[in-house]
Amino acid sequence: MSRQKLLGLNGDEAAAYAIKQVNPDVVAAYPITPQTIIVERFSEYVADGLVDTEFVAVESEHSAMSCCIGAAAAGARAFTATAANGLALMWEMLYIAASLRLPIVMAVVNRAMSAPINIHNDHSDSMGARDSGWIQIYCENSQEVYDTCIEAWRIGEHLDVQLPVMVCLDGFTLSHTMENVLTLSDEAVRDFIGERPYIKVRGHLGEAEFRLDPEKPLTMGPLDLYDFYFEHKMHQVEAMKEALKAIPEIDEEYAEISGREYRLLHPYMMEDAEVAIIGLGSTMGTVRYVVDRMRRRGLKVGMVRMRVFRPFPTEELQKLLKDVEVVGVLDKAMSFGAPGGPLYEELRTIFYDVDENPIIVDYIYGLGGRDTPPHLIEETYEELLEVKRRGEAVEKLKFLGVRM
Amino acid sequence: MSEQKPGWRELPFGAIPYKSSLEYHTGDWGVERPVFDLEKCTRCTFCHFYCPEGAISFDAGHPEVDLRYCKGCGICANECPAGAIRMVRKG
Amino acid sequence: MKAITLKEAVEKPDLLASGHRLCAGCAEPIIARLVLKASRGAIIATTATGCLEVATTIFPYSAWRIPWIHTAFENAAATASGIEAAWRAMRRKGRGPLAKYETLDIVAFAGDGGTYDIGLQALSGALERGHDFTYVLLDNEAYMNTGIQRSGGTPYCAWTTTSPAGTVIPGKREWKKPIDEIVIAHETPYVATVSPAYPLDLMQKARAAFETEGPAFIHAISPCCRGWRFPSNKTIEVARLAVETCFFPLYECRVEDGRPIYKLSPPSLAIAKRPERKKPVEEYLKVQGRFRHLFRPEKREDLIERIQRWVDRRWEMLLEKAGL
Repeated sequence: MSRQKLLGLNGDEAAAYAIKQVNPDVVAAYPITPQTIIVERFSEYVADGLVDTEFVAVESEHSAMSCCIGAAAAGARAFTATAANGLALMWEMLYIAASLRLPIVMAVVNRAMSAPINIHNDHSDSMGARDSGWIQIYCENSQEVYDTCIEAWRIGEHLDVQLPVMVCLDGFTLSHTMENVLTLSDEAVRDFIGERPYIKVRGHLGEAEFRLDPEKPLTMGPLDLYDFYFEHKMHQVEAMKEALKAIPEIDEEYAEISGREYRLLHPYMMEDAEVAIIGLGSTMGTVRYVVDRMRRRGLKVGMVRMRVFRPFPTEELQKLLKDVEVVGVLDKAMSFGAPGGPLYEELRTIFYDVDENPIIVDYIYGLGGRDTPPHLIEETYEELLEVKRRGEAVEKLKFLGVRM
Repeated sequence: MSEQKPGWRELPFGAIPYKSSLEYHTGDWGVERPVFDLEKCTRCTFCHFYCPEGAISFDAGHPEVDLRYCKGCGICANECPAGAIRMVRKG
Repeated sequence: MKAITLKEAVEKPDLLASGHRLCAGCAEPIIARLVLKASRGAIIATTATGCLEVATTIFPYSAWRIPWIHTAFENAAATASGIEAAWRAMRRKGRGPLAKYETLDIVAFAGDGGTYDIGLQALSGALERGHDFTYVLLDNEAYMNTGIQRSGGTPYCAWTTTSPAGTVIPGKREWKKPIDEIVIAHETPYVATVSPAYPLDLMQKARAAFETEGPAFIHAISPCCRGWRFPSNKTIEVARLAVETCFFPLYECRVEDGRPIYKLSPPSLAIAKRPERKKPVEEYLKVQGRFRHLFRPEKREDLIERIQRWVDRRWEMLLEKAGL
């Protein structure tokens, strides 16, 4: 394990610093609150000659992703960052990046989707992109943002994976809050990520590495008719399955050099928990604090922070939660017209066929940056315990923290 | 009837096309084909440049059309400055 | 600049191969083949969604004998920007698979749909940032691939499916967007108009574009026998008439000392020197079915005159800019 330097960095700065150490070939980004610090900080690195990166100040987020796709297709490492409506603007390109199998890394500083325009944190942006084929990892603190922005390259570029990776961090809560971040040396980062590897393919003019090169021409992004599209989508299905295996491998490798162990799921006090809360992102830090408080009162509560949302860690989650009687899901996004929020729906799906399954209740919370202080979490646990006592939940979908 | 198409496990990574278009013969599209009068032909090579298919070559030192790809559009005949090309209905 | 000759070009193998499925008589592959003949060596291309892209890459076939990528419709310039940035970065690092290419022709092909309208933003951004690439506009004056709908590049009075010639409205009511002026206003180092009827001129301009440091823009008139409604063997004839009537004059514009310097190309220069050679625009309009309603059931002299005035005014402005 190498020597690490302690820096005071907010989430955006942590991302920028990690990317500086990665030194990708291309960064193409368009500013949007609360991502702006990432691009600003990175521009300073460029201006001071601290990176070899070609910084492309694109004229929109759609072009940011298009530029990253062109660069990654040409064999480069490409990075971008965005939030909310910026992510929405590049929506078609997200699908294209994933289906062209380009291991682009993007930091998404989670912010509410307009309208009304709101610059504060919720997960409506990245949740809206959950079908796009990107790997999605949600960070709890600035340390994790730093670490994930390094790991993401190895995850996406893994030869069995080859998918783009979205590193999600809560807007303002993480992006603009300074925290202690232990940083690896430049050399340690370089050694860990190495050079970008390429898959070998058999193209129409012969064998080639999967990148655009005049010496070995390939055609990328053809027209598929109804006779081939479905088969090509199966490749993506398979890649996500492989990602579920690859991510823990890379986490293990990263733990060896950093001392920090990341997993698909981070359980806390789950060994004997009777009720549990599951969720993503920074709020899980608050939940952990509340768990401690309630445990001191003798209540058997636990929590699971879901770190990787795509691919969805079905088996691990089924194992973790099967002995819990009631699970409260924290969803920081709503799918309007749906029976519940995105995490709730996926959780119900994986437990439907399982004999031992918990009662699952959905809590939509924090929309538009609505603060979720400890007492709200405590009330939630009280409700879950009440559900356990009654043996059933009358209301499956609740809204936490909104004024009725 | 139709040949069995490859399953998803057999298809190349990344939806890369694996056949050159040269294997796809568009020559049966057209009802006409060009005929060259090599005496009138001045070897100006314009027919080679005007052909949308790139089916007319001067490798032999005079124009020759590759009927595997000629769609019979008739541009070459219409443009030949020497009037050395005429379109005839294919037998 | 290394000049290109017909003799040399004839021998170059086609980088866009036969067996593509563009319509018989389509101008796009003629133009694309000619542009690629002018490549200096290492070349990477991107193409916006449209006829050329779709018909040359129907899975599992591809007609491209060069590295090629299609991403989406409105972002040919942005995709090309990414390829160029990757190359630049690798050259700077002295590391990476493209670092070995001292010169690399990066070319973006896009239709009028992907340029005048939905693609204008990406084009403007790429021009402003000054990427070293060539943008080739294949202008068939409508969204042809989706079935002949009007675009910003469709000329006045042209019939399209979304600007049909009805009993009340005679086709498109708006004028063709002046895309060349827009690109020139970006202080683009090299801008040129080309017609497939003049292949040597086209190849020479493509070569000049590739050799330009920074962005270069080639505007190609691409007559579409399907959407413009003329027999498939008349494509080059129509492409020639466009120049002979000065509907689509041929010229180059280079930035020298910060100023745009216009230079008429031989076919148009010949008309400038002998104005009696300029054919009336009616000769161009009457061979195209998309302008048929200007002649039948009754001849619309008023509309034809308006078009003639538009052509004349723009021709005069061009002559002024060229110092003639």
